[in-house]
Amino acid sequence: MKKNRFIWLVALVMSLFLLTACGQAADQDEQNTLLKLATTTSTEDSGLLDVLLPEFTADTGFEVDVIAVGTGQAIVLGENGDVDVILVHARAAEDAFVAGGHGVDRKDVMYNDFLIIGPANDPAGIKGETNVITALQKIAQTESVFVSRGDNSGTHIMEQNLWNEVGIEPQGEWYREVGQGMGETFRMADEMVAYTLIDRATYLFNRDNYTLEPAAEGDERLFNPYGVIAVNPDKYDHVNYDGAVAFIEWLVYDKAQKMIEVYGVDELGQALFVPNAE
Amino acid sequence: MDVIWQGVKEGFFLILSLDQELVSITVLSLQVSLTALFIAAFLGIPVGAALALKKIPGKKMILNIIYTFMGLPPVLAGLLVYLFLSSRGPLGEYQLLFTPTAMIIAQFLLALPIVAGLSARAVMTQRQEVYDTAVTLGATRRQAVWAIIRESRLGIIAAITTALGRVMAEVGAVMMVGGNIKGKTRVMTTSIVLETRMGNDSTAIAIGIILLSISFLITFFIIALEKRSFKDDSSIHIV
Repeated sequence: MKKNRFIWLVALVMSLFLLTACGQAADQDEQNTLLKLATTTSTEDSGLLDVLLPEFTADTGFEVDVIAVGTGQAIVLGENGDVDVILVHARAAEDAFVAGGHGVDRKDVMYNDFLIIGPANDPAGIKGETNVITALQKIAQTESVFVSRGDNSGTHIMEQNLWNEVGIEPQGEWYREVGQGMGETFRMADEMVAYTLIDRATYLFNRDNYTLEPAAEGDERLFNPYGVIAVNPDKYDHVNYDGAVAFIEWLVYDKAQKMIEVYGVDELGQALFVPNAE
Repeated sequence: MDVIWQGVKEGFFLILSLDQELVSITVLSLQVSLTALFIAAFLGIPVGAALALKKIPGKKMILNIIYTFMGLPPVLAGLLVYLFLSSRGPLGEYQLLFTPTAMIIAQFLLALPIVAGLSARAVMTQRQEVYDTAVTLGATRRQAVWAIIRESRLGIIAAITTALGRVMAEVGAVMMVGGNIKGKTRVMTTSIVLETRMGNDSTAIAIGIILLSISFLITFFIIALEKRSFKDDSSIHIV
């Protein structure tokens, strides 16, 4: 008798699981109002999407699922048709994505900028430097500890291009590739009392928690443009192309562009992004 | 499917080419996980045996806590170790953060409850007869206890292999306290995360295959030892 009751209990729990699973399956019908957006962790971390997406949903009726990954992975998700639209910042990779027939309707959205932050005692002597090439040169010469994303992200690619321009292939005990996201890299650089290249949004959001200070900033080479691209519907007929187009058009029009322009001013004292859609 | 296939192929090429970076990642993975496991076994088996055999006040509660910690999320273990080792933390002065030592500490915390909890279980399943027989045969109390632990070795070995699986496969803790620094604290699981994030799916699968192969070899070795120690007389024959 006791055993019987146990079996009934197990059966009850299992049927509850099945019911919830069915509930999820039913959601599939709403897929045409669901838009899957792959974007970079730095975009997600900036909090901008939390402000934009509810407005977008209110205006158009599309719900957005955000998948925040590295730029490399975001692009692969698009290539595999696992998402409907991507919002990334790696111009060369974006152009290759479109040229390869994986994406259509690429539009500029906005840009932000990067800066080099470092310890307050500034061992490389670069505080106030506006030429990022000179700054990196001095870091390498003094072998001051520098933390690199090392993950092929948009930020890492930018850093590598800058080192190329310096004409140095950074290596040695002072150069540490951590292969992690921007937030983790900031945390690690702070622990190691090191220099690192960081996007302004992540820096402003976290600066109160850490001790590193801006060292070199303002170089045009540190501007970082974002593009939005729809996954090519000719390649995957299951992608939500209507939703992707609605998202792209909404992003480049006045309302969203204005929201981007003022985002961060109230909270952090400076804007995080500069809208630049045409 | 192509990606998986290519990953398998690339995996074999990578193993055959003995890629320098891959070798050092693999060696570091083994160093960290095996050291953590060794320390956990060294402390966990006696603790487990003591919990099973001795009269300790609050024993049930202690066991309950140990069983709960068997499910400790690796990221949480990592976060705790991070907060202790951080330069702002109580042990910050030792500068252990982002070193293999930090990774060993975190994995030790994950392995210890598994070794202790499952060892306790294994010893508990032994019957009174084992102790009584040993005593009748003239064993001292100490020798009789040792006999019980020896009789539990199958379960204790299972505890160790389970803990090994846990630490070898774990990524959250080593990512947090090791920092995945290239050439310093990057291990196989953190490489898999990194390669996946970079969109190099086949390389990630290749490293995964190496990881599983190594786990297979270690388990194979442990089971071979176990077989030898039991000869064949312990296996159950169903007729």
